[in-house]
Amino acid sequence: MYEGVVQDLIDELGRLPGVGPKSAQRIAFHLLQADRADVQRLSEVLAVVKDKVRFCDLCFNVSEDTLCRICGDSRRSVSLICVVEEPKDIMAMERTREFRGRYHVLGGAISPIDGIGPDDLRITELMRRLGAEPIEEVIIATNPNLNGEATATYLSRLLSPLGMPVSRLASGLPVGGDLEYADEVTLGRAFEGRRLIGG
Amino acid sequence: MYLRRLTLTGFRSYEQLELDFEPGVTTLVGRNGQGKTNLVEAVGYLATLGSHRVATDHPLIRAGDEQAVVRAVVVRDGRDQSIEIEINPGRANRARLGRGAAVRPRDILGSLRTVLFAPEDLALVKGDPAGRRRFLDDLLVARQPRWAAARSDYDKILKQRNALLKNARTSRNDAALADSLPVWDTHLAATGANLTYARLRLLRDLAPYVGQAYDQVSDSVSGARIDYQTSLPGLAPVPSGDGAVPTVEEITAAMHAGFAEQRSREVERGITLVGPHRDDLELTLGELPAKGYASHGESWSFALALRLAGYQLLRADVATDPVLVLDDVFAELDVGRRTRLAALISDCEQVLITAAVRDDVPPDLAGRLYDVRRGAVTVPPPDPSASAATAPTTDEVESDPSDATPTRAIS
Repeated sequence: MYEGVVQDLIDELGRLPGVGPKSAQRIAFHLLQADRADVQRLSEVLAVVKDKVRFCDLCFNVSEDTLCRICGDSRRSVSLICVVEEPKDIMAMERTREFRGRYHVLGGAISPIDGIGPDDLRITELMRRLGAEPIEEVIIATNPNLNGEATATYLSRLLSPLGMPVSRLASGLPVGGDLEYADEVTLGRAFEGRRLIGG
Repeated sequence: MYLRRLTLTGFRSYEQLELDFEPGVTTLVGRNGQGKTNLVEAVGYLATLGSHRVATDHPLIRAGDEQAVVRAVVVRDGRDQSIEIEINPGRANRARLGRGAAVRPRDILGSLRTVLFAPEDLALVKGDPAGRRRFLDDLLVARQPRWAAARSDYDKILKQRNALLKNARTSRNDAALADSLPVWDTHLAATGANLTYARLRLLRDLAPYVGQAYDQVSDSVSGARIDYQTSLPGLAPVPSGDGAVPTVEEITAAMHAGFAEQRSREVERGITLVGPHRDDLELTLGELPAKGYASHGESWSFALALRLAGYQLLRADVATDPVLVLDDVFAELDVGRRTRLAALISDCEQVLITAAVRDDVPPDLAGRLYDVRRGAVTVPPPDPSASAATAPTTDEVESDPSDATPTRAIS
């Protein structure tokens, strides 16, 4: 145990996701040794982030305005909507520069153990958008893990009766990888999702 | 395959230990509590990522240490492969194959295959279904390591579905349940059907070996058989004899039918009542169930027959012998069973035996001897009475034919 405020800092840092006690201690001592100006900047950002940042009214991405940059961009297609779990997933999708539609952030995935049911996600808001916007296809891009898959299944059961085309991102082999290093589950999925390239 | 070297750091009673083995039989002799079982437990951990004695990793760590490391060099087809697992209770374990980068612990499964028989195995016959399911699933993973992932996926989905049922029971919110239960039904049925299908196919392949091994161990024609008892409606008990196994689609449908049938009871109790986690392996001796009817000796023979059958199955499919581990079992068997077991295992590539008393192990089987005392392992001095060991000290006169003498035992 360190004295007073140093221990407080370590404890607070240790509560952050992905930061264990040892990392917390390292960050704390890094901050103690850093330039006062650097630490000042960090503390200012921390102070304003809660006040300044809000969620986009339409897609619930983080935003500084009523609409986020993507929803406010008139060049983007309004007929495609990509459903993701978290705002950070939007950043990942945007790095591809492939997708020119808009997004919808659910705010998590279904997980009864954590007490998260469909009502705790922004699914009602998604349904409202499907009614109000000229959407022609919903692309589900929840994580390819158990909870993400369950959420995808839930959404497809909800949307299919509406006659809305629903697609799911493919899972399979990583580009640039070697077949021999792929695990069986991934390889099995890649088989299921194979595409015809001739014939 | 055989284990050539075992290195333990901070594992159970061992601060640091390095021990070399050779093909054939090695017997670790030591009184109770001296650390023999800890050695074979470490070997089993590398092969299955779990202990045969405890359900959590904490007891595996030496008092005062934070982690344990188990390393082994395994020789298969003349080639050395080193395997390492770092056991970190409460955190993720780390594994390594060869000199390469760290791999997921799951990826070392299959590099060392073992079949371990221990006194705890009596529970396979006398205990709860959970032990028998674990027996099947462990064998499934030893045969095809990919089932480890399917099994853990099934457990995770099951926990989610149970949580949902439990929440619904406490909140009495039927609408919310009806809304999201079908999602978990779909995923549990898909994963559960695959697991059930794999178990059924395993059983089909395993069953003939079980009957055979029982007869060999007990020297009788007993009609020992194993059958799969399923919790799924409409899926007839699958006779292990013939080759017909229902398809994955049929099992999936049966799971959905089961959910529909048990729905109100599931909500009432807040748990999932249908699926491979409720199934059992039924052991029959002649016409009677082994549980409750088999004598103590018959129960031992059955438990042993299950393990030996597993050994035969693995040996037949992977074209390399697993390492056979017999932990403290000779003391539990009568002379006839000891002798017949010794004959059965004489052609195994490697057998590791632990015994509290050297005389428990048939003398012509013992092979290389190690003394285990207070966590230290030594080669005992040649026993001057060894030549007299065959002279019966009790009235246990052995009537085994001499062709049962293992030929590869002594290195």
